Amino acid sequence: MGNKKSEGGYIINKPKVGIFGFTGCGGCQLEILNLEDQLLDLVNAVEIVHFTEAITEYSDNYEIALVEGSITTKHGVERIKKIGDIAKITVAIGACAATGGLNCLKNLYGLEKAKELVYGDKKDWIDSIEVKPVDTYIKVDYYARGCPPNRFEIVDIIRSLIVGRKPEIPNYPVCVECKRNGNTCVYELGITCMGPISRAGCNSRCPNSVSGCEACRGVIDDPNVNAQKDLLSEYGLTVKDIMEGFNLYNACKGKTIEKRDK
Amino acid sequence: MANNLNIEVSPLSRVEGHGDLIINVKDKKIEKLMFRIPESPRFFEAMLVGRKYDEPSHITSRICGICSVAHTCASIKATEKALGIKPSEQTINLRKLIYHHENVQSNVLHVYFLAAPDFFGVGSLIPLMETYPEVVNIALRTKKMANDIVRIIGGRAVHPIRTVIGGFTKLPTEEEMIKMKEILQASYPDLEKSLEILRTLKIPEFERKTEYISISDTSDYALYDGNIKSTDGWEIDDQDYLDKMKEKVVKYSTAKHCWVNGNVFMVGALARFNNNYQKLTGNAKKYAEDLGLVAPCHNTFMNNIAQFVEIVHSIDDSIRLIDKILEEGLDEDKAMAEIKPKAGRGVGVVEAPRGLLIHDYTYNDKGRVEKANLIIPTGMNYANIEKDMHALVPSIIDKSEDEIRLTCEMLIRAYDPCISCSTHFLKVKLINR
Repeated sequence: MGNKKSEGGYIINKPKVGIFGFTGCGGCQLEILNLEDQLLDLVNAVEIVHFTEAITEYSDNYEIALVEGSITTKHGVERIKKIGDIAKITVAIGACAATGGLNCLKNLYGLEKAKELVYGDKKDWIDSIEVKPVDTYIKVDYYARGCPPNRFEIVDIIRSLIVGRKPEIPNYPVCVECKRNGNTCVYELGITCMGPISRAGCNSRCPNSVSGCEACRGVIDDPNVNAQKDLLSEYGLTVKDIMEGFNLYNACKGKTIEKRDK
Repeated sequence: MANNLNIEVSPLSRVEGHGDLIINVKDKKIEKLMFRIPESPRFFEAMLVGRKYDEPSHITSRICGICSVAHTCASIKATEKALGIKPSEQTINLRKLIYHHENVQSNVLHVYFLAAPDFFGVGSLIPLMETYPEVVNIALRTKKMANDIVRIIGGRAVHPIRTVIGGFTKLPTEEEMIKMKEILQASYPDLEKSLEILRTLKIPEFERKTEYISISDTSDYALYDGNIKSTDGWEIDDQDYLDKMKEKVVKYSTAKHCWVNGNVFMVGALARFNNNYQKLTGNAKKYAEDLGLVAPCHNTFMNNIAQFVEIVHSIDDSIRLIDKILEEGLDEDKAMAEIKPKAGRGVGVVEAPRGLLIHDYTYNDKGRVEKANLIIPTGMNYANIEKDMHALVPSIIDKSEDEIRLTCEMLIRAYDPCISCSTHFLKVKLINR
């Protein structure tokens, strides 16, 4: 899609940025506004040319596209392809854009069945297709994962693109951050947790709050599945017991997940 | 002066989600007027089916990033009702505290980031950084204060972690409670400055009497809990909402419209103000009076002012709540109530920042969701928005097309519509029977 380079190496002086929402809750865009202390610096470092949620004026001339939400309609497929053609660099922000996120529970339930349940005999009025992450349709250069994403990671990705450095996205498990934060392992407290195989970068925020990790940032590229299985059996659990929690954010079959399955 | 007029705003900016406004006027008569919602639906009612009792609050939080605490609380209350779980008073006070600050955060976002640019004649908050830096700084500071409180109590600002059925997975510390009180007390000078700025804004004149519905409680300005109350004089238990509310699918919109007793109605800050003015703190009442907001108020544009008055109230009341919690002492033993799955139905009703929010779940005996129904405030307001537009357009028809367009956009924005929220829930069952 489009004619863009992908691997870092860019030095874009005051890049033009478009922020786009697809199917999701708007929480990722809100996390950008929640930067508060850094928001004014960010607004000065880039030129935001498209951000419907906060700005009336817009232009289709942008270099970096920040995309929130999953693709769930035919109209959405057309829109995302157009963005892919224009943007030099596309960043998927949030679980819905990166893995399909929670929206994929619709696929799990069954598209036709879901339409029938919610819309009854009016279901044909509705444009709704199987939920997919953004990289099903266009090339995604970087992922600011999570639900919600870590707002400082979004800033770091943009900062890296401005100075021509490749953004560093953690590819180690949440347990690393959780240990560093000195938490008691939640398994000790009778809580199941996806931390051992889930991608860090959130500063282990759920275990910090005495809750199990739900793998909202997806799974690391090379997960130690056996270690997770051992841990589960130590606490008398099976993979099946945690799959239900895992599919909250990872039920979609997008490129990111297919890659891991190979 | 326009005899004929074709206005199409697509997509409408500075609202949450995707909505289009279409107005066609011929010979000064409205031929077509619609507020169309093409935002894609998400089918949350289907997603919930079969999920275990501790999951719906996490799942439905993701309906809306801006009001995730509201969805979390409505969901928790519905499940607790269905399963017969009794949270401690400490839990309820902490929920009320976190709840206040999602409302503050959301109201700040709307008043300053989304609505204010219209009054200063610009397209966003960004140009105001140069012309009115104080407005921008107050907005960012107040938003940060509210978000910090949600972070401390909920574990993060969007999609709280610690607020779960039964109580809290982790309590704030006493030091954190004191810190919250300090940042709240430090916010009053910004409220005073905001008041000065808001006094200078010219709120469009408009009046259309409609029914205002909100929750209401004898003990406080209800946000977290109460009966459902109408300015038309009726009040019902929140479990009985179906006795009054009917929903209907409208073809051009993926969000359903909602009627009470066959009438359109309005929910949100203005509805809460009109129903519960007496329960505001004395300080908040003073701010309301200063800004010319008197209950009952029938000018939709004043919803922005009502949102600001609520910010004042929430800050006052939060300090009271913190003092109360500190006086009683934070008790780990009261953090979580006992949870046992059982079959049953429960309805959770709260005031989301945009108005009445209803979650209705039926569980089977294994504690799995069998059926879920969700009614969203913006869905309730759509029909009223269209009625308002029909009243507004003829009264401004002699103005320039740009002015008509802007005033119509401002009217819709005054409702602070949350389109992402409202499009997930289209149910046809109610009208087909």
